[in-house]
Amino acid sequence: MTHTQKRIIINNIVMALSTLSAVIGISFLIWILSVLVINGIDALSMTIFANEGAPPGNEDGGLKHALIGQLILVTYATLFGVPLGVLAGTYLSEYGQKAKLAETIRDVSDIMMSAPSIVIGAFVYAIVVAPTGHFSGWAGSIALTIIMLPIVLRTTDDMLQLVPSTLREAAFALGAPKYKVITQVVYRGAKAGILTGILLAVARVAGETAPLLFTSFNDNFLNTDMSQPMASLTVTMYNYATSPYEDWQKLGWAAAFILSMFILTLNIIGRLFLLKRKGK
Amino acid sequence: MSNIIDKIFANSTKFIAFGILLLVAWIFTVLFEHSLESIEAFGFNFITEDKWAPNLEKFGALPAIYGSVISTFLAMVLAVPLAIGVAIFLSEIAHAKLKAPVGVSIELLAAIPSVIYGMWGLFYFVPIVRDIFGGIGISMLTAGIVLSIMILPFMAAVTRDAMNTTPDILKESAYALGGTKWDVVKDIIIPYAKAGIIGSFILALGRAIGETMAVTFVMGNVHKISTDLTEPATSIPVTLANEFAEADSGLYYSSLFELSLLLLVISFTIISIAKFYFLRRKRIGQ
Repeated sequence: MTHTQKRIIINNIVMALSTLSAVIGISFLIWILSVLVINGIDALSMTIFANEGAPPGNEDGGLKHALIGQLILVTYATLFGVPLGVLAGTYLSEYGQKAKLAETIRDVSDIMMSAPSIVIGAFVYAIVVAPTGHFSGWAGSIALTIIMLPIVLRTTDDMLQLVPSTLREAAFALGAPKYKVITQVVYRGAKAGILTGILLAVARVAGETAPLLFTSFNDNFLNTDMSQPMASLTVTMYNYATSPYEDWQKLGWAAAFILSMFILTLNIIGRLFLLKRKGK
Repeated sequence: MSNIIDKIFANSTKFIAFGILLLVAWIFTVLFEHSLESIEAFGFNFITEDKWAPNLEKFGALPAIYGSVISTFLAMVLAVPLAIGVAIFLSEIAHAKLKAPVGVSIELLAAIPSVIYGMWGLFYFVPIVRDIFGGIGISMLTAGIVLSIMILPFMAAVTRDAMNTTPDILKESAYALGGTKWDVVKDIIIPYAKAGIIGSFILALGRAIGETMAVTFVMGNVHKISTDLTEPATSIPVTLANEFAEADSGLYYSSLFELSLLLLVISFTIISIAKFYFLRRKRIGQ
């Protein structure tokens, strides 16, 4: 066998292995998705949206409490996290730029983005739940805010830097003060990018379970009072799925399906925004 | 007037940005303060003691640390070759028409919350492990496998991105010299993108070690060190997820806080190594 033949054979083997691993990886993922869709659609019904939790064995249990709770928790986290993140990102891109402080903040945020979310839960437990004496929706939202902040901050920073500096210079030349340049020119130029970042950050915190386990805890009934424990789709899913009751497990799948579809939709919309911007 | 607004705007953005650093410092301080009781009670023995018995007020973290290390190691061993394979497939083998849809679906799968992977693992993977390897199916092995499947999309996506940084002109030169695809991958792409690829793996490792929900369902939370991978086990995040809301004494809480601190320090270290040593940040616009 010549050297060339040997190389071609080795090449074919490695390429076949790579393709095989792609097939293995993707089939696992298709398996998970199809399990999710099949069980989710099977469990979906109108009662799920209309009814609150019920004791096991009760046919008409629903997820209304978890859906509304989740919505409240994520909405508050977004209300806190987005303005803070966007402003901090503005500092990095427009004021700090390459300064040491700005670079340190970037590095620390990058690390925070991959830090274990359950530790954030423990932190919020210590500063909110322990002093107030009980689990609460506020604690849950604060935990989600902390997770959201670095994501919004870094995408804002990146997206603002994409705005051409000629735009800023043009605005400065017209005599605009810096805050006006930023709020009326730079933000406008980076609108689609920042929006995408926010959507992805919301999608990310919407799927968080670990930091909610001992902050917002759970509630089997509808509660809209943020100072009380609050149900979320993720924690409800966890509790129902690990319970021995079949009807609860079914509700768990429904929650998993609704949550995944919500998160995938946000991700797809975010991508479309970016594509549209690139197409311009 | 606009001069004052300008100053206020500039300073408030700076203040908030600086707040991130304060926040991180605050997290470390609070966790440390709450760990003090346990640190005083057990000292260094906390991480070498293998007995975790809340009813006896004895807390040793070794089983949890052992579980974290072994489950993450298993996950890496399984996921790294697959991720390399998927990345080679996406960057060199797949037809242009296949690249985008497969690439995007892998990125979307990385966005699926880990709690879903855990739930799938509990209902569909536990029975398979039980049938093939024996035991009850809830085990270290199951946790490692589910974890590997969970980190695969992220790992494959970042590895592919690292490989894609190789300039086309280098690859084309190698092909022009008669190199096969494997020659190009092994002699051009891997040497060129080595730091990025290793960095991606370490980053995925940092995420896997702190991952809670994917493993909580399938690990069992049993504080026992066993070399038999089909036995139930526990890890740091699994212990936290299962016991935090139920702890009933100061020392118990304190021990859980020390576990949290330990986990935070471990992941900060791993992620920092990935970030600073292997992945120098690429500034947009440069």
